[in-house]
Amino acid sequence: MPSAVPDPQSVSEAIEALARADRGRLMSVLIARLKNFQLAEDALQEALASAVLHWGRTGLPASPQGWLLTVATRKAIDLVRKTSRENRKAADIAILLIEETTDAAAEDIPDERLRLIFTCCHPALEPKTRVALTLRTLGGLGTAEVASAFLDNETTMGQRLSRARAKILAAGIPYAVPEPEAWAERLQSVLTVIYLIFNQGYSSTSENLPRRLGEEAIDLARMLNDLRPNEAEIEGLLALMLITEARRSARLDADGTSIPIASQDRKLWNEGRIAEGLALLDRAMTRRAAGPFQVKAAIAALHAQSEPPDWPQIVLLYDSLLRMEPTPVVQLNRAVALAEAGALEAGLRVLEALGPELDAYQPFHAAWAELLSRSGRMAAAVAAYDRAIDLASNPSDVLFLKHRRALAAKDF
Amino acid sequence: MQYIALIYADPSAAPVYGTPEFEAMMQGYATLTQSLKTAGAYLAGEGLKGVDTATSLKVRGGKVETMDGPFAETKERLAGFYLFDVADLDAALRYAAMIPTAAYGTIEIRPIMDYRS
Repeated sequence: MPSAVPDPQSVSEAIEALARADRGRLMSVLIARLKNFQLAEDALQEALASAVLHWGRTGLPASPQGWLLTVATRKAIDLVRKTSRENRKAADIAILLIEETTDAAAEDIPDERLRLIFTCCHPALEPKTRVALTLRTLGGLGTAEVASAFLDNETTMGQRLSRARAKILAAGIPYAVPEPEAWAERLQSVLTVIYLIFNQGYSSTSENLPRRLGEEAIDLARMLNDLRPNEAEIEGLLALMLITEARRSARLDADGTSIPIASQDRKLWNEGRIAEGLALLDRAMTRRAAGPFQVKAAIAALHAQSEPPDWPQIVLLYDSLLRMEPTPVVQLNRAVALAEAGALEAGLRVLEALGPELDAYQPFHAAWAELLSRSGRMAAAVAAYDRAIDLASNPSDVLFLKHRRALAAKDF
Repeated sequence: MQYIALIYADPSAAPVYGTPEFEAMMQGYATLTQSLKTAGAYLAGEGLKGVDTATSLKVRGGKVETMDGPFAETKERLAGFYLFDVADLDAALRYAAMIPTAAYGTIEIRPIMDYRS
């Protein structure tokens, strides 16, 4: 006979794993049920705490997810009774419990995450808040982890998240997938949030967080692609992230110095991910619904496919990206591609014109320095490397820039 | 839910009375009011006379103090409002985007406080 008392270590590990893997799904159902984001958050926290106690005594229930949902709903009723003078609200929620069975199997639990992600990424919330709320609610990151992704402290991040949940309720931000006429625009807002999560790791000095955020963003895009298949821009974003993430192991040398893509050891690239990304991109392109993430994925694909890549083709792709996103950063990237395609002087002229606008942007100074040194203007190149080094937040980039600066300084 | 859409604009940016642009703006307001009424969402909506007609008031130490002009010294002035009853913020934003002044001013959308809950 198995021991009646379960191993406390394995129970708490199981709960932690559930809180990570199923948090988005559970929150999505609780918010649909309770129509109150903060209440759902608090109720799930209490249910998880209660699981530690009960499962520690009796072991895991047949359906841990079903158990958590039922207990969280009961906790919500208690919380409403405690805080509201009105008993009607508590009674409204209690009705929901009648038809429910605690052992609803995980696959029978509805999936409301599509509604949830559109609410978390609503344009009435600040962009940073959208990213943080999505990571916390759908990504299963703790508030402390979300805070460290932004180099914020936990209290400040906790307040930001609470304010966002309060605004969703008070301002009447709907818990709904947007209407067809608003779909394309709202989808871009969601995809942008996921891509920000993907890129957020770069400014972090923590060791595991960048990889974690990269995987989190890929998981979110996969989830969107499952819930709303055949959407070209979702496929485009997923392809872009898979192709970029595939190069992670090749990005740093033994000393931790960044290696530019042209010098990376291609044997270290994750071929499976690149192949998956390329296949997704092909499928997206057949839908004939162009969008910025497909163009960015196509540029990443060209970089992955040959060395040197087809630079004239990359310039053309940046032309079309510039029509969709007329930003100085896209102009900068286009100018670098132009120089790589052979038009060094033309690239330098564009960069010179962009200087005032991008003065605080580290990649601008790094690119400016690189092109200056190629045109033999070493003194100016060294000065630009100095500025790039001052602005760089990532230690691996600093090492790379210092190395390039030393080469330029030797030649003049 | 009830929302108020507060319409702010720089008066110098507004279309001039008598021009086709002014006519188009008035037509836009008429269309919006009509579609709000048709949807059963309309509660109220008014334009305000210029800030040169405004009087600000406060009571300090039981004494009424008045001041000529609006309270806030900003370029964009409160120029009018709509009060409507719609399902959620998305619906409110859809109507607010139809306010002709949004093309050169700013619309602030605020939920109305519900004292019953």
